[in-house]
Amino acid sequence: MPEILSFDFMRNALLAALLVGAVAPLVGIFLVQRRLSLIGDGLGHVALAGVAVGILLDNQPIITALIAAVLAGVAVEVIRARGRASGDIALAVMFYGGIAAGVVIINRVDGSQSANLTSYLFGAITTTSRGDLMVFGVLSAVILVVTVTLRQRLFLAAGDEEYARASGLPVMALNITLSVLTAVTVVVSMRVVGLLLISALMIVPNAAAQQVARSFRAATVWAVLFGVLSAVGGVVTSFYADTAAGGTIVLLAIGIFLVIAAAMALVTAATAHRHRVAERHPHEHGPGCGHEAIPHDDHIDYLHGDHRHAPHGGHYDEHERVTR
Amino acid sequence: MRVSTTQHTPADAPAVRLDHAAFGYAGRPFTEGINLAVPQGEVIALLGPNGSGKSTLVRGLLGLNDQVGGTVTLFGTPLDHLTDRSRLGYVPQRHTLSASVRSTVREVISTGQLASRPWWRRASANDRATVTKAADTVGLADRLDADVATLSGGQQRRVLIARALASQPDMLIMDEPTAGVDAANQDVLATVLRRLARLGVTMLVVTHELAALRGIVDRIVEMDAGRVSFDGTPLQYAEHRAQVSRAADSGLAGADHSGARHHLAFDEHHHDDGPVESPGLLSGVGPMDGPVEGKDS
Repeated sequence: MPEILSFDFMRNALLAALLVGAVAPLVGIFLVQRRLSLIGDGLGHVALAGVAVGILLDNQPIITALIAAVLAGVAVEVIRARGRASGDIALAVMFYGGIAAGVVIINRVDGSQSANLTSYLFGAITTTSRGDLMVFGVLSAVILVVTVTLRQRLFLAAGDEEYARASGLPVMALNITLSVLTAVTVVVSMRVVGLLLISALMIVPNAAAQQVARSFRAATVWAVLFGVLSAVGGVVTSFYADTAAGGTIVLLAIGIFLVIAAAMALVTAATAHRHRVAERHPHEHGPGCGHEAIPHDDHIDYLHGDHRHAPHGGHYDEHERVTR
Repeated sequence: MRVSTTQHTPADAPAVRLDHAAFGYAGRPFTEGINLAVPQGEVIALLGPNGSGKSTLVRGLLGLNDQVGGTVTLFGTPLDHLTDRSRLGYVPQRHTLSASVRSTVREVISTGQLASRPWWRRASANDRATVTKAADTVGLADRLDADVATLSGGQQRRVLIARALASQPDMLIMDEPTAGVDAANQDVLATVLRRLARLGVTMLVVTHELAALRGIVDRIVEMDAGRVSFDGTPLQYAEHRAQVSRAADSGLAGADHSGARHHLAFDEHHHDDGPVESPGLLSGVGPMDGPVEGKDS
């Protein structure tokens, strides 16, 4: 057995990382789609106030953090739906009010050298107890089931809200659902990467996935893969390199993103010579357009005189000449 | 596309009937006293300058604006009792699809079916076949796996039409389907709309570019200042525009001359681009066509 698995706390930490690495990008892709990448940070700020109340009451901070984050998540959607110009400011007041109240209350209870505060702000994965793990497991399962079941609806509500509303979908309910899912994810992640780094784990694996995927489904799968890789890899690295787990996880996620972005740029450059844009012609190729359709690997070429035109985005590429 | 037969609609009920209808926001009407009946199977072009209330009307039918007065029935059902919104297929004007994440043509078209099935049910083989067919109807069957964000504006517009078709609606409501689309794609769009019209799909098309819909439109409704200012056939609309133009010219010289030139202009614009275009159907009249040219000369 590798050394890392011989410690009880490391086994718990790895399991927690596995859960967080999987669910955070799963929810995050809808936030990327809605261009609300930073909303997780805001909810994390409010969750700190919940943690503080939990510590003050000598209660379970996870429960109070969950309550605070979920309430804030609902409030975010209600404020956004009212569409007032002051909505943005209302969110700022709520988010910064949350983190300020959290810091003040925790310092009042624990004293100014609070290790508690640091552990929630930057994560303390190795202190994950078996009880915490149970709670995280249940919450992760809820996130997983809801997101996968409502995947298409959340995709539509996030991608084209007006059409979703016109077709009769409960857009407000879907938006609140996403907001609550984000809040739950924040609470599950706060022990692992910390409240200040939560958005990173929801967003960065998705940024990497968008580089390689060609469909929403594939992007989701890639993002979960990158998320698990960075979370579990980060915990392992931090164990051997003796670094802070939360920060290591996020740096690893960013590293993966940079490597993939560079690799994709290289691939594009290397295949550029194969990509020749066809001459412009005032005609759209398509089934029954009058040009012979020839299956070519994963797409269809259209025979245009003595050469083939392959649809590529909004234009056509020249594919090899026909010799026969 | 199959026109749905499972729903209970009196056969003679118009697709849309507006009786002194008023639409607006927060109880404040933007359009008032609109009377309009759209028989099933008819293709109507809805014209009017910006701010004339045509968008308010259309958004009202779609449930995006409030109905603040009068009576509105869709397929014989009062608007506020309409539970099955999928009977109206909406093709938005803007390319409102978020380009922030990857999604394929199939994934986007499939979302058109979501409202017609319960949230726990996944797409059936039948649903997927309908999606493929919708893509075929708009000529994008070979692009089902393409990333939507890489398509041209006109192709994206056709994706939105296919998305509306995927729910097998009884009526399509389109907002400026041809605006900002290049000529090759306008041709394809016109072919698609003509194909749908021939299948008997009721269509309400908000447009500024009547010329692009030549031979497809059965009837033209023009709105101005929140009211219907014209309602008739394309031929009558041409005469209406000519009269408006003559009235505007009567203060100047040569009213008759301008009218004659104006009809000549129509003949020049009019060329057959569809096999079943009836000769009497003169609908190649953009609001900027004819009359303005006549006035200039």
